[in-house]
Amino acid sequence: MSPLLYLAQRGTAAILALTVLVHLGTILYAVRGGLTAGEILGRTQGNVGVLLFYAVFVLAAAIHAPIGLRSVLREWTGWRGRSLDLAMIGLSALLAGLGLRAALAVYWA
Amino acid sequence: MTAPVDPAAAAKGAAKGATGALRVRVRRGDGVQDYAVPRRANQTVLDVVTEIQREQDPTLAYRFACRVGMCGSCGMTVNGRPRWTCRTRVAAVAPDGDLLLEPLRNLPVVKDLAVDMEPFFEKWRRAHGYFEPGENPPDDFVAVPPDSPERQEVDAGIECINCGVCYSACDLVSWNPDYLGPAALNRAWTLVNDVRDRGQAARLDAVAGDAGCHSCHSHMSCTEHCPKALSPTFAIAGLKRETGKAALRRFWRRG
Repeated sequence: MSPLLYLAQRGTAAILALTVLVHLGTILYAVRGGLTAGEILGRTQGNVGVLLFYAVFVLAAAIHAPIGLRSVLREWTGWRGRSLDLAMIGLSALLAGLGLRAALAVYWA
Repeated sequence: MTAPVDPAAAAKGAAKGATGALRVRVRRGDGVQDYAVPRRANQTVLDVVTEIQREQDPTLAYRFACRVGMCGSCGMTVNGRPRWTCRTRVAAVAPDGDLLLEPLRNLPVVKDLAVDMEPFFEKWRRAHGYFEPGENPPDDFVAVPPDSPERQEVDAGIECINCGVCYSACDLVSWNPDYLGPAALNRAWTLVNDVRDRGQAARLDAVAGDAGCHSCHSHMSCTEHCPKALSPTFAIAGLKRETGKAALRRFWRRG
């Protein structure tokens, strides 16, 4: 792992530590309050703060997970080289694409 | 395969104060060979191996030199843990009298308990684990205050004697055979903190990357098993910081 990938993984880990907590807290709050899906969407719709929060969350996860998975695959399967790097870039793009799509979906719902 | 105790040798052992027998299993190639060795007071594991080789089985191969914890050549895996056998008392590791002796992990076996250390030393070279004086030697001696932070960092890791115990204990080396390992990285860290050294940029490059410090999972097996009580894990953490800073400096300059 290059030093920049290492720093990117540690930096995104710090972001994820916070965003996962906020995300879980929000879920607990919504469930305990008995909000319906419609009421939740009513709060997220057009809310730029929610959109920005989940965009940061998704992008951090899309950077963090493939770097870690790359190390796991290198150590446990022996898969190395450019094919692995390209596969991880693809995974990162997939996570970012699906995650941002979900974030935009609740923003525009 | 079992080598029974020679009655004459056992009697001689009893005369020297032996108390019972140890069951010693030694990994030899793909198999494990059993020996029975008289148990003695203050016996080290190296004493046991030497007794087997001299009294029972001269074909047993192992390595030692100083016998007093200075040279680091008698490293073996004792009941699953890498150790200096000369500094390991049988009573401390085998209270029930059972010993399983294997060669150090992560290194090619030459024969029985002797391993080839060449890959270990090759990684020292790859990590630039040697002093780089630079093109032009300084005109005068460099003053290095003993209490300076750099010298303190050097002091923390300088006592390594290259025994390979940490390398054998490291899971990362098992999973990633290219990984430089704790000893080479610890040595590199002492040199990164050597204010006289002129090869820092190349060294930081050498210890970064998939084979370098960033692959360390901080399991701390090296620190746990180091017979000199050094902490290569902290040295590796220092390398992570310095290589990270160097990479960021390069990144800003490029950008």
